[in-house]
Amino acid sequence: MMTAREIPYTDADVHFMQGMIGHHAQALDMTALIADRTNRQDLALLGQRIEISQRAEIELMQKWLRDRGEDIPEATALHMMSGHVAAMPGMLSPEQMTQLTASGGDEFYRLWLEFMIQHHQGAITMVGELLSSEGGAQETDIFKFADAVEEDQSMEIQRMQQMLARLR
Amino acid sequence: MRTRLLHLLSLTLMLAVAAPVMAQDNPPTLPEPPKEKLWDWDENDPRIGLRAGLHDAGEASKGVTLLASMPKPEGFRDAQRTGGSVSNTDLAFQGGMAFVGNYRGFNIYDVSDPKSPKLKTSVVCPGGQGDISVYGDLLFMSVQETRGRLDCGTQGVEAPVSDERFRGVRIFNISDIGSPAQVAAVQTCRGSHTHTVVSDPNDAENVYVYVQGTSRVRPAEELAGCSAAQDPDEDPNTSYFRIEVIKVPLAAPEMSEIVNMPRIFEQDGDLGGLWKGGDHGPGTQSSRRTNQCHDITAFPAVGLAAGACSGNGILLDITDPANPVRIEEVVDPNFAYWHSATFNNDGTTVIFTDEWGGGGQPRCTSEDPPTWGANAIFDLVDGKLKLRGYYKLPVPQTDTENCVAHNGSIIPIPGRDIKAQAWYQGGMSIFDFTDPENAFEIGFFDRGPISDTVLVSGGYWSTYWHNGQLFGAEIARGFDIFELEPSEHLSANEIAAAKLVSMRDFNAQEQPLLEWPAVPVVARAYMDQLVRADAVSGDWVSRVNAALDTNQAEELAAAAYTLEMAALSSLASGKSRNADRIRVRLAKVLREMSE
Repeated sequence: MMTAREIPYTDADVHFMQGMIGHHAQALDMTALIADRTNRQDLALLGQRIEISQRAEIELMQKWLRDRGEDIPEATALHMMSGHVAAMPGMLSPEQMTQLTASGGDEFYRLWLEFMIQHHQGAITMVGELLSSEGGAQETDIFKFADAVEEDQSMEIQRMQQMLARLR
Repeated sequence: MRTRLLHLLSLTLMLAVAAPVMAQDNPPTLPEPPKEKLWDWDENDPRIGLRAGLHDAGEASKGVTLLASMPKPEGFRDAQRTGGSVSNTDLAFQGGMAFVGNYRGFNIYDVSDPKSPKLKTSVVCPGGQGDISVYGDLLFMSVQETRGRLDCGTQGVEAPVSDERFRGVRIFNISDIGSPAQVAAVQTCRGSHTHTVVSDPNDAENVYVYVQGTSRVRPAEELAGCSAAQDPDEDPNTSYFRIEVIKVPLAAPEMSEIVNMPRIFEQDGDLGGLWKGGDHGPGTQSSRRTNQCHDITAFPAVGLAAGACSGNGILLDITDPANPVRIEEVVDPNFAYWHSATFNNDGTTVIFTDEWGGGGQPRCTSEDPPTWGANAIFDLVDGKLKLRGYYKLPVPQTDTENCVAHNGSIIPIPGRDIKAQAWYQGGMSIFDFTDPENAFEIGFFDRGPISDTVLVSGGYWSTYWHNGQLFGAEIARGFDIFELEPSEHLSANEIAAAKLVSMRDFNAQEQPLLEWPAVPVVARAYMDQLVRADAVSGDWVSRVNAALDTNQAEELAAAAYTLEMAALSSLASGKSRNADRIRVRLAKVLREMSE
């Protein structure tokens, strides 16, 4: 199945793509909570944008793995039930997810932003780890993707920090 | 329903991470957001329903003929070099040579016989994007990826910090077209996504290269002085929020170096103050904070450059090319990512493109708004940009075709503003924007999707005019050459006049001033335009044509006089319009011919 490649991708590349699918899936879980818990338009819009971009990126990661004959994890956060794989950086703990689910109104708004900032910072940590690994992200497609994740999520963090600041 | 169940499950069962399940045969699917048709088009447009295929896709065209099509050469399409690593990118020209950039290097084609182009040289030198410019004996190439090597090696650079890595602008000597030699490589902190050659009308010894880096900042251990601070408040020396200016001494290109890193987004003392990111209210696009330019188009003849910079379109005063100074900026509620710019030849209109989705997404479907992922057309009035209208590919593409506004150039039809533009798998669209409020398509070429089941990245990166033909760099398929054909929108005289414009070097990012000689076919082109505008009588045209045929100086001067009087009369009555502009140009040509 695998063809000889000019630049061999590394285990770190595969781990990054597989892990980021679960990571992104959790962001979709979080955006799905918004509609029933707040009527703030700015959060609804932000949630919509995050949902669209993360959804497209999940498809891109699935394609990257499929093209290379690598295992494709389910695009949900629930395969983590097996428990033998460590959580990716920044992912919400079960307690945090429960807390967020149970909240509403202003508290939900604040928690959602704080947790999504934590979540995004984790993705940036993952990119940093990938880029500082031996031979990581040398392939064009994964470099481009990791680059985009870092740029987009840094910007969204700044955005969310502004939204939080306005709340206080 | 399915979504809710999925979320419920994921909440209940909770999470760690990817225990991969083999899902090769049954890839996970995601629920689709709702879609609706948002605009109208001609249902009989031949671009609808074209057969899919890499090299056997269906084709449709209007106003152009495909003369030649060159598949990507060996080494730029092999199975082990998949995906984006062998994408064709930007184009540049020198005389009869076309330079086709590629993530893996570049290819040089002899196009002096456009019906039978010949591959002259392939240079393997990876690093993406591989955008190319040429100037005299020098070729410039953008490199941004961490795999880029100083020595052009294909093996990449494994160490996270290495002195073998190259990210920046490579400079090749191309005086021997058969064997380009790298003579300099200028490292930058964010690499080079694109670049812009800027010549100085007052200095023949040096040329400048503006470097647009959009990629991540490299570690300071690898290149001293680089700082990845996302906010200027964290570090005023951050490598974001700037471009780099390289000065290239033409006699000693190995001495090329960065001479300036202008903070062109500074506003009220804030280096990143131009646009803080976000949307423009409900229902508008969201764009990121302006910390980079994607592309800059210089027009030295008017001393201006137009920068497409993340969340802004900007104008730079480049009369001192080493020190570009921002003089104007705009935002647009329909723009997600300001991508590139094109001036009209008078320097009175600027087209900015919006690369919504980054080029890898299908953004020309029936569900995509006609003002998103489009061109915004501005008039330049007293140094201020005034939005006049939008232009987007006027036919829907499928959702397996990446499509959004991309690179193009002016076709030198005297008296009209016409651009040939690439829309990735949306093909090439040729449109008239002489009236910026009513831009309309006059020709096109399109192929079906590469695949009708999955989106495979492809389509035109750039379509440019050079010395008589149109050229297209196709990401996946290769390199195409077109002949412009007369149609209801374009006369044979107008095309013949366009072919009179000839230049040595052409880089779309450094627009040359176009000038036409005072010869009969140029006069006839203007007359065709006046006839099309119903501004002259057939009788009058016949008389002037006869005078042109026999070169009767007195008749020509008389015709010029009539035209000038008509234009003056419009001016006096306050009813000047485009036809008067053409009258004045035609009069000037006739006068020069009569003298």
